[in-house]
Formats: sequence, C-alpha cells, structure tokens
Amino acid sequence: MAEDKKPAPAAGGRAQTKKELPEHFKAYKHVWVAVEIEHGQVHPVSFELLGEGRKLADKRGVELAAVVMGDDRESLEAAARAAFEYGADCAYLACDPALKHYRNEAATRVLTDIVNTYKPEILLLGATNLGRDLAGSVATTLQTGLTADCTELAIDEEGSLAATRPTFGGSLLCTIFTLNFRPQMATVRPRVLAMPEREEGRQGRIVEVTPGLVEDDIVTKVLDFIADRDSDQAQLPYADIVVAGGLGLGSVENFQLVKDLAEVLGAEYGGSRPLVQKGWITSDRQIGQTGKTIRPKLYIAAGISGAIQHRVGVEGADVIVAINTDPDAPIFAFAHLGIVADAVTLLPALTAAFAARLRVNRLAS
Amino acid sequence: MHIVVCIKQVPDSAQIRVHPVTNTIMRQGVPTIINPYDLFALEEALRLKDKFGATVTVLTMGPPTAADSLRKTLTFGADRAVLLTDRYFAGSDTLATSYALSMALGKIAEEFGKPEIIFTGKQTIDGDTAQVGPGIAKRLGYNQLTYIARISEVDLDAATIRVERRAEGGVQDLVSSFPVLITMLEASNEMRRGTIENALGAARAEVVTWNAEAVGIEDLTKCGLRGSPTIVKKVFAPTARAEKAEIVEAEGGVDAKAAALVEAIFAKAPGIEGDLLELAGEHYV
Ligand SMILES: Cc1cc2nc3c(=O)[nH]c(=O)nc-3n(C[C@H](O)[C@H](O)[C@H](O)COP(=O)(O)OP(=O)(O)OC[C@H]3O[C@@H](n4cnc5c(N)ncnc54)[C@H](O)[C@@H]3O)c2cc1C
Ligand SMILES: Nc1ncnc2c1ncn2[C@@H]1O[C@H](COP(=O)(O)O)[C@@H](O)[C@H]1O
Repeated sequence: MAEDKKPAPAAGGRAQTKKELPEHFKAYKHVWVAVEIEHGQVHPVSFELLGEGRKLADKRGVELAAVVMGDDRESLEAAARAAFEYGADCAYLACDPALKHYRNEAATRVLTDIVNTYKPEILLLGATNLGRDLAGSVATTLQTGLTADCTELAIDEEGSLAATRPTFGGSLLCTIFTLNFRPQMATVRPRVLAMPEREEGRQGRIVEVTPGLVEDDIVTKVLDFIADRDSDQAQLPYADIVVAGGLGLGSVENFQLVKDLAEVLGAEYGGSRPLVQKGWITSDRQIGQTGKTIRPKLYIAAGISGAIQHRVGVEGADVIVAINTDPDAPIFAFAHLGIVADAVTLLPALTAAFAARLRVNRLAS
Repeated sequence: MHIVVCIKQVPDSAQIRVHPVTNTIMRQGVPTIINPYDLFALEEALRLKDKFGATVTVLTMGPPTAADSLRKTLTFGADRAVLLTDRYFAGSDTLATSYALSMALGKIAEEFGKPEIIFTGKQTIDGDTAQVGPGIAKRLGYNQLTYIARISEVDLDAATIRVERRAEGGVQDLVSSFPVLITMLEASNEMRRGTIENALGAARAEVVTWNAEAVGIEDLTKCGLRGSPTIVKKVFAPTARAEKAEIVEAEGGVDAKAAALVEAIFAKAPGIEGDLLELAGEHYV
C-alpha cells in the first residue's frame, strides 16, 4: 500500500521524482470525470467532481470532459447537458444496450477504450461502490496509479495532480502523486467537495463513441435490481440538518433522544462508529471516514468525542454544534458552537426548545 | 471447490498514536490484527466449505510476522496458509500489491488447483483503498463481484454463483460463472469462533512460505516502491481550525441552557430558521 510508506525520503528513487514523461504519455491532456449514471440518474458526486475538475482544468489550461455511459440515449444526452452546465467542455457519450445496468466488465472495457483513444491526463471518479469498483479495474488495466477516497485535489508547481487523503486510520493526511504514468486517477467521496453553481444553458460538444459490446462476452448477468425504499437507506450525505449521537449517550435507549430531536428538526440522524459496532444504529448511519461524509447546514453532535476519523466526515458542515460533558473533548477544537452539558438531559430540553420556537414562528407567519 | 481468501495483517489502527511533535506514526508496541473486513470474506469462504465441501487456502503478502495472522485463520477452519514475503515487496502500492498477489495466486493454482473463488475484504483499515481486490481480478481475468452482501446460490454443476451486490440506491441480483473474485461487504455475516481442535492443528501447521522468485516474479521492477506508480510525497497532521468553538453558557437549569443553545444556533446559522420552518413546521400547526 502506498499509504504504508514512511514519509518520503529525499527524492532520488526511480519513481520519486518527476522525470520527463515518456513519449507515449505526452499526448495525454485534459481533465475527465467519469459520470456515474444508474437507472437514468446522475449521482450528484459527478457534479461535485465536475466543479473540482473545472478548477483543475483551468489551472492546467486544458479542457474538462465528462464520460457518460449507459443504454438510454435520452438520459445520456440529458446527463451530458447537465455536465456542460456544471463546467464540462465536452462529453464522451457511449450508448450500448449492454450498459443498461452497471457491470464491471462492460464499464471497464468502455472506459479504458475511451481513455486509450482520447488520452486524458487526469481521470476522476466518485468514491461510491460503483466508482471504486470501476476505478480499480481501469487503473489496473491501464497500469497507472489510483488514489482512493481523496479529501482534496490540487495541481502542484510542476503541473501534477496532488491528491490528499487520510492515512494511518485517519490520524494523518498524506499527499499522493502519480508522476510518471497517465492518466493520474483519483476517487472522491460524495459530499467531500462542494456542489458547484449550475450555469443554465452552458454548452459543450458531444463526442460519440461506439462501445461495440457483445452481450454474450459479458459473464455477469443482472437478474434483478431491488431498489431501496426511501426509508431503507439513510439519506445522510445530502441532508441539510443532521443530529448524531456517540458513546457519551450511554445506552441505546438514550439514543432515542437523538432521533426525537432529529424528528422535530426534519433532520437525518446518525452516529459515531462504536454505535454501529454496538448495534445501536445501522452502518448506513455511521458518520466519518469509514462511514458517510456529510455536508449539512447544521450538524449537532451529542456525546461524540470528535476523533479524527469522525472529524473528516463532518468538516464540510456549515455549523457544527457539540454537546459534551468534557470541556477538553477534541470536538470543541473543530465545532463552531459548543456546550458543556450532559446530553441525556439537554437533548430533551433542546427538542422542546426547538419545538416551542418553531411553533411560535409558525403561528407568527 | 478451491477457495482462496486474501487477508492482510494490519496494525490495530485504533491504537496508533501520532507523535505530537514530529507528526510521525509511533508504531512501537502497536499490536497487529487481521484486517477486520477480511474476516467477513473468510467466514463466507468457510460457510461455502461447510455447505459444499471446499478447500480453503488463505494468502497474505507481508512480513514474516504475518504468519501469526495466517495461523489464526487456521484455527477458524482454513485448510492451508500461504505467506508471500520478500524485501522486494516493501513499499508496494495497490498496483504492485495486486501484481505480487496475482503471481502468488498463479503459483497456488499450479500447486494446489485453480481456485473457483477468490475472496478479499471490502478494504483494509490501513490502506483503505478497496483496490487490491479489483486489481487481482483484472490481472487474473477473474470476473469481479464487489460489495457482495449475500451469496444466494452456488451451482457446482453449472459452475455458477448468484449474489446480492450492494449498489447505489439498491441491490443487484447477479449471476456469474466461475472463476470469480468476490469482495465481501462488512456485516454480511458473523465470524465463527475457532475450535480447540483447529487451534492445536494450527500451532503445528506449516505455513507455505514463498518469496518473489518462488512465485515466478522475474521482473522485480514491478514490485515494491519501484513497481508503484503512486508516490507519497508528504505526510502531515490536519490543521486545527483557526477559531475555537464558541462555548454557550447559561445560568439556570437545563431548559435555560437549551434555550440559550437554540438562540446561539440561530445566530450562527441565520438561514437555518427559515429552512426549519419549511422542513419541520408542518408538525406544529
Ligand atoms: C480505521 C478507523 C476508522 C474509523 N472510522 C470512524 C468513522 O468513520 N466514524 C467514527 O465516528 N469513528 C470512526 N473511528 C473510531 C474513532 O476513532 C473513535 O473511536 C470514535 O469516533 C469514538 O466514538 P465516540 O465519540 O462516540 O466515543 P468516545 O470517544 O468514547 O467519546 C464519547 C464522548 O462522550 C462524552 N460524554 C460522556 N458522557 C456524556 C454525556 N452524558 N453527555 C455528553 N457527552 C458525554 C465524552 O466526554 C466523550 O467525549 C474509526 C477508527 C479507526 C481506527
Ligand atoms: N498484502 C496483502 N496480502 C493479502 N491480501 C491483501 C493485501 N493487501 C490487501 N489485500 C486484500 O485486498 C483487500 C482490499 O485491500 P485495500 O485495497 O488495501 O483496501 C483486503 O481486504 C485484502 O483482502
């Protein structure tokens, strides 16, 4: 694992310094985002990546392109138009019946072909199940570097992609480069990057590619797709308000207090990792490095210490409110508002105070 | 059926501490464990063994001390342990790791029979990339099934496997023919306890140990730091936020505190009150 390496020694090793790129990599230009489409829907992480990709492309003075793959021309064209409005100059459109459902083999073949033909210098994907599944195969096929789950992307003085991600179980961050191979690949989780402004009517050009897939060559067959009912899966990453609890609540019964507050606020609820391990909450409600990254307008954390692995998942919140009995808890170092109090008694009072306040406002308006 | 499970021995990162001054990892005394995600893969392999009869080989690439983790898997019921170890592998990123492991898997196929199924964990807790599994699958030409929540059917005669795969927004019901590489989702099963009998066997068992040469790696530039396209240039601690949290204080009881906190929240996030009315208001009319 790259992440196992000690802080890099002084440059000198073969891969450690940027050399003149081999001749066959010199044609690699432009920044690409592989747009994630399932069942006609574009995953918002793709727009977040286009926003970031736009900045990287401008810094490099190159174009930003989107790759849209699927079986339904209409939704692909809609996705391409959306990509233009979020900053893409160009969209590679691959339409093939075999791309109806996401399948690794088909998607890998199509994406690697497009990369080999049109040669991007940077290729970004969402760090979703789909994106990670695809990125790993594509990077191996192309024999290039891939940095997973980045929290920050930048271009360094030499024009290389600097991809920063947590390492050592999240206690530190590291910046990873793919200096001598192309494309430079990275995945970023939903909500780590801000959603860019959409520029209605912004145009781009579509480049048709012909995947020419043969269904019989694809080993995986999709028998069925069972869509989650809305209530099945927490919608944490895109919630405007999130209330979460930690071990400080003391018991699963007390966790109900978090749910009560969430309900009054119309918020999603979640928790720290130990709660998942204890079975107080399901894993789709875990917030943090190995759970969900959230970016709400308001995040209320009750009885959560604020370990670094939790912190990296909530730092994008506009306002973080911490309730903790320990005035020295690490969470106070990155919360915006804090109160030193017993969450078990404060939460019900807070729920009541919000309810009262909302009732008054509601009547007034 | 022959099943291989790839496991990694990792530092128990819950116990890793960062030196407050030098920002380096203090590895001394940090115990190692089997990557927790790999236990779901191992358990699933053992369940297939119980149900259909299979030989389960466990493979790891790591330092000689990784033999401890391998032995541990034998106590759970794995049949054979293979350790791939060589100083040339030091500093491998995922591309170099999957290369070395795929070579070892080739050798395993040669010596012990070609595996129908290779399992890996969803990801490691130290590397945390989820890339090694897909890397191995691609190199060996195995069909890749990631984020598998359940194996619903195995048809040995038809040589097919049916699985439930966690996708965005739903579950895919998939069928594939062998050979396949499966990465198991966490919490997809519960690890069994080892038996005393297995434990006794494990202590005596020989761990098959191979180096780069033994698995037929001739081009050492594909290994370790040299075979890794990614380069870690900088390791650093996250910076603290410039301002500390504003601490809300209020005289009186808990209700006074709650009221003060609500005021403070609305002051910090002026937009939120309107949003709240829209989101939650209807409950209170
Ligand atoms: C590889 C790895 C990945 C991880 N990923 C994640 C992740 O994604 N998400 C995550 O959350 N964690 C993650 N962790 C775990 C993380 O390191 C912490 O252990 C965890 O976040 C701590 O949870 P906690 O704050 O609920 O519990 P604790 O650390 O035990 O904190 C409890 C807090 O509650 C306070 N408290 C006690 N009683 C009360 C009371 N009555 N009222 C108010 N406050 C009270 C205490 O002062 C304390 O600050 C990960 C760890 C590792 C090693
Ligand atoms: N050194 C290794 N030896 C054996 N298996 C590994 C090794 N590194 C990673 N794996 C496997 O690949 C999976 C994904 O690892 P990673 O890509 O590091 O997140 C792990 O859960 C293991 O099953």
